[in-house]
Amino acid sequence: MLTDTLIEIKELSFSYGNRAILKGINLTVPRGKVVAIMGGSGCGKTTLLRLIGGSVTPSSGHVMLAGQVVHKLNRNDLFLMRRKISMLFQFGALFTDLSVFENVAFQIREHTNFPESIIRDLVLMKLHAVGLRGAHNLMPAELSGGMARRVALARSIALDPMLVMYDEPFTGLDPISLSVIGNLIRRLTDALGMTSILVTHDVQESLKIADYIYFISEGVIAAHGTPAEVRSSISPFVHQFVHGEENGPVPFHYPSGTYAGDLSLGNNFV
Amino acid sequence: MIESIFRLGRASRFFLLLLLKSGMSLRRFDLVIRELYFTGVLSLIIILISGLFVGMVLGLQGYETLQKYGAESAIGALVALSLVRELGPVVAALLFASRAGSAITAEIGLMKTTEQLEAMGMMAVDPIARVVAPRFWAGVISMPFLAAIFSAVGVFGGYLVAVVIVGVDDGSFWSQMQSMVDFRYDIVNGIIKSCIFGVAVTAVAVFEGYDAVPTAQGVSGATTRTVVTSSLVILGLDFILTSFMFRGVS
Repeated sequence: MLTDTLIEIKELSFSYGNRAILKGINLTVPRGKVVAIMGGSGCGKTTLLRLIGGSVTPSSGHVMLAGQVVHKLNRNDLFLMRRKISMLFQFGALFTDLSVFENVAFQIREHTNFPESIIRDLVLMKLHAVGLRGAHNLMPAELSGGMARRVALARSIALDPMLVMYDEPFTGLDPISLSVIGNLIRRLTDALGMTSILVTHDVQESLKIADYIYFISEGVIAAHGTPAEVRSSISPFVHQFVHGEENGPVPFHYPSGTYAGDLSLGNNFV
Repeated sequence: MIESIFRLGRASRFFLLLLLKSGMSLRRFDLVIRELYFTGVLSLIIILISGLFVGMVLGLQGYETLQKYGAESAIGALVALSLVRELGPVVAALLFASRAGSAITAEIGLMKTTEQLEAMGMMAVDPIARVVAPRFWAGVISMPFLAAIFSAVGVFGGYLVAVVIVGVDDGSFWSQMQSMVDFRYDIVNGIIKSCIFGVAVTAVAVFEGYDAVPTAQGVSGATTRTVVTSSLVILGLDFILTSFMFRGVS
């Protein structure tokens, strides 16, 4: 039976060695929605996507994806599950030895036995959806950053996945490309009936396209709500983040000793 | 020290996985053929030119020494034996390690750095089966052919110097070679050597690439290690193999 929740994350913790990255995350992702996960650089957003995709194992808690606990799946079941999800990497991660066409065709060729004519049509349709049908002969090195991101987007929807995870899709793009990618994520999610998880620190774009937003800070969910709720939030953290203020709950300085002490002024200056 | 043992463990595990996941390379042999072009065909130029010069130097040096004993007609045998037993497999493998081995490491290492391997894994395609295994088998297949070509061109180089330039008798050059070189004992052993070197070089190259630290510095370090490690492995293995293969029986 289909439930409305595609992903349920319960008390999820993860550490690299002794460094705790995530400390008990709880969140749910409803089917057919765009959910944005926001937070400062290095707060564990990308790790969260890796946990959902099963490429790393949590130290405690679990990710439940379509009724299955991800880290308990064996290798075969994990690979079967991954055929239904896909991930858009920060810089696209296009295969540099394959053309744009072959990049988009990659998964279709690997996982199906479709004849060449159908592969061709499917690939051109996906490329058309991102506006790059005419670029199918180019190599990844010939693309601009925004175009590469769009090709990667076409590749990630090649097999019509139920879930697409986007890791910082807006980083390093000019305002036009940025808004093109943002609109594509929204449009494709609605048109293909898939679910999108968007990991980003681009506040304005996320507020435009997301249905629900979670903020991660210090390894826990610091705040969450719809874009309207986020805009009107009085939480100091959300306020600092949304308005990009230097002072607030998130400190500007990395934890350190006293400034005077570090400059060896403490003893000599008196 | 502990880190080296760790690495050795990782390398063994990786090699085992590589063998277990080689099924796809056999089923989809076109993936191997594509890599054969990059590792084998593109190494041909350096192998041909080096083979020619090594053979020519052998011809010169051999003639210098042999003529002191009036044995210059044995130059054909000397050139051929040196090449098929030792120089062919060893020098071709050293060249292969620096030409193709380093390229394999750099390519796989960069694919890891640019998240291509992880992206492949997220698409439910195993990078060891899809990226590593075809490169490995292409290297293993190329090596004996490259060594054989190296030896053949080397013999031709020796012929050029000894017969065409210096003027050793044509007939005795070839007939001495024919009578002294044994197919089973010399040529087959040389081929076995080059097959083993092929496995060693390519295994080191793919492992170093796959295990590279995903940064620019990490990939450059891995590429250097491929050339250094596989060269040392080739020379070490060559000593061991020679001591088993050629024990003065003839």
